[in-house]
Amino acid sequence: MTDTLSRPPSPTSNGFTPDPPRLVAYRPLVQVRGLTRWYGRIRAVDSVDLDVYPGEVLGIVGESGSGKSTVMRLLNLQERADAGDYRLDVPELAGQNLLALDRFAARSVRSTYIGIVYQNPNLGLRMGYTSSGNVAERLLISGERRFAALRAAARSALDASEFPLDRMDDPPRVLSGGMQQRVQLARAIAPKPRLLLLDEPTTGLDVSIQAAVLDTLKRLQRELGVTMLIVSHDLGVIRTLADRVVVMRYGCVVETGLTDQILEDPQHPYTQQLVHAKL
Amino acid sequence: MTTLHDLVPPQSGYSYAFLDPFAKRELRRRTLKAVAIPGYQVPYASRELPIARGWGTGGLQVTLALVGPESVVKVIDQGADDSVNAANLRRFIMRMSGAATTTDTLAATIIQSRHRIPEERLRPGQVLVLQVPDPEPLRRIEANIARARQMHADADYGQMWLTLYEQIVRYRQYVEGASYPVLVNQRFVMSPSPIPRWDTPMLHQAAHLTLLAAGREKRLYAVPPYTDVRPLEFEDVPFQIEDQAGWVCRHTGAINKFMIEIPQEDGSALYELSDTGYAEKLAARQRGEQPVIGPTYYDDQGRFYHDGYLKPPAFPDI
Repeated sequence: MTDTLSRPPSPTSNGFTPDPPRLVAYRPLVQVRGLTRWYGRIRAVDSVDLDVYPGEVLGIVGESGSGKSTVMRLLNLQERADAGDYRLDVPELAGQNLLALDRFAARSVRSTYIGIVYQNPNLGLRMGYTSSGNVAERLLISGERRFAALRAAARSALDASEFPLDRMDDPPRVLSGGMQQRVQLARAIAPKPRLLLLDEPTTGLDVSIQAAVLDTLKRLQRELGVTMLIVSHDLGVIRTLADRVVVMRYGCVVETGLTDQILEDPQHPYTQQLVHAKL
Repeated sequence: MTTLHDLVPPQSGYSYAFLDPFAKRELRRRTLKAVAIPGYQVPYASRELPIARGWGTGGLQVTLALVGPESVVKVIDQGADDSVNAANLRRFIMRMSGAATTTDTLAATIIQSRHRIPEERLRPGQVLVLQVPDPEPLRRIEANIARARQMHADADYGQMWLTLYEQIVRYRQYVEGASYPVLVNQRFVMSPSPIPRWDTPMLHQAAHLTLLAAGREKRLYAVPPYTDVRPLEFEDVPFQIEDQAGWVCRHTGAINKFMIEIPQEDGSALYELSDTGYAEKLAARQRGEQPVIGPTYYDDQGRFYHDGYLKPPAFPDI
């Protein structure tokens, strides 16, 4: 008793507890440790660690062949990793290393929690089916069996990605590149995923369309609060969207930090070279 | 001590029911496996037969593996007992096994059929053997058979449903004519061989055993008695059978049974029953004879015998 009385009063004992900074209080949604992937004798991804917090946009930059897209494919569970630990902080997947899931479980995780937009729309879309069908397919995989509901979900997802609804039943084959990317985006967000992977989403589009698609992405990020991982070699895209940046080279992470920090004051020689490289 | 040698029947140039005992044993084992896993396609060693692949060799091999001297066999081809193909198969089975043959659905124990199920309800103990040209329902969406088998293993049927979505978007209804994909026992998507949509519901909770065999593709699969067979359909867009309202058989006056259309020179059309065995019985009754006519899957008002299985049509807003 006397012991307690002799202790000096704590600074928060008057009932006021300051909020800890948000990033300290939040647990990362995506936690990746030691992600490794070999292609024959080439180590494409070399023990990469990543943390992505809920609602955050993490950019991955690097030159061609640095392993950016491989990281995306591994995170989308569409390719087998050689080593590593990958966790998504959702109640249903607590304590599970997603890289160790079997094919069937991986498919269900992918269709429920993860959406992906590829640089090449041929990878993400069925070119011969209708655009609305491409979006609805994600919901069909997760078991939606009401046509009206599918139709409504496809319409609202396409609308959210600012796709002209009078063309929703045209096949992506006949659409422009920018519209194909919007269909991919709608397909990715239709099941309301927790994690959105964007693999060079605007590369190959001309500058004005690129700006429009980036606008859509920013708005979606604000409205849905979805966590995003964006891969790009275009620092302009990263500067527009990302909160935090990871710089990759030869499959390794060479530098990581806030976007402004990295782009204005790069520390690593490779990052300095990347930031200052201009034609 | 009894040796394996003693158990083997004496070697002879001919074998009962054409196939050698080992071939029949393999077929029966495969059939048992197919029955154990409803809707699953079991690979088997398809044997050479004195008819060409694609003319019912799958069905014929299963029939030959099942048939015995006391069997009664009926063979139908698109509903008809008297087509060349059906008559040839029937004569071949009869010569090779000594089994009796019939055109009466109720009298038969084994019914081998191409593309139709008889109108009269099959009863427990009867076996329906369907000839299958293409056993793989995913063929049109996945050309790679190895990949299609993996999709079956994962129950990965999203793309199958997508094709139905596309049909409704384009035509506001399902447009699959024959061989409508079905989900067997809530697990495997199965192609019910090219039977018309009219016959698809007959497989659901049926009293008889259905065996489906493809000779060229070397696959056989089964629907055991009293198994759920549901056409793939959206909850708000029900599956529909062929609309043959107002079609009357020109020979028997029957209605609400599956008909074939016979175009006339003046552009009009006449109709007659596709199931000739059933038509024959109706004609006999009209002549004043008293054939035994069993209950049919669809009654004269067109109602299916499982209440609530078929639902009224709905055309969704696009």
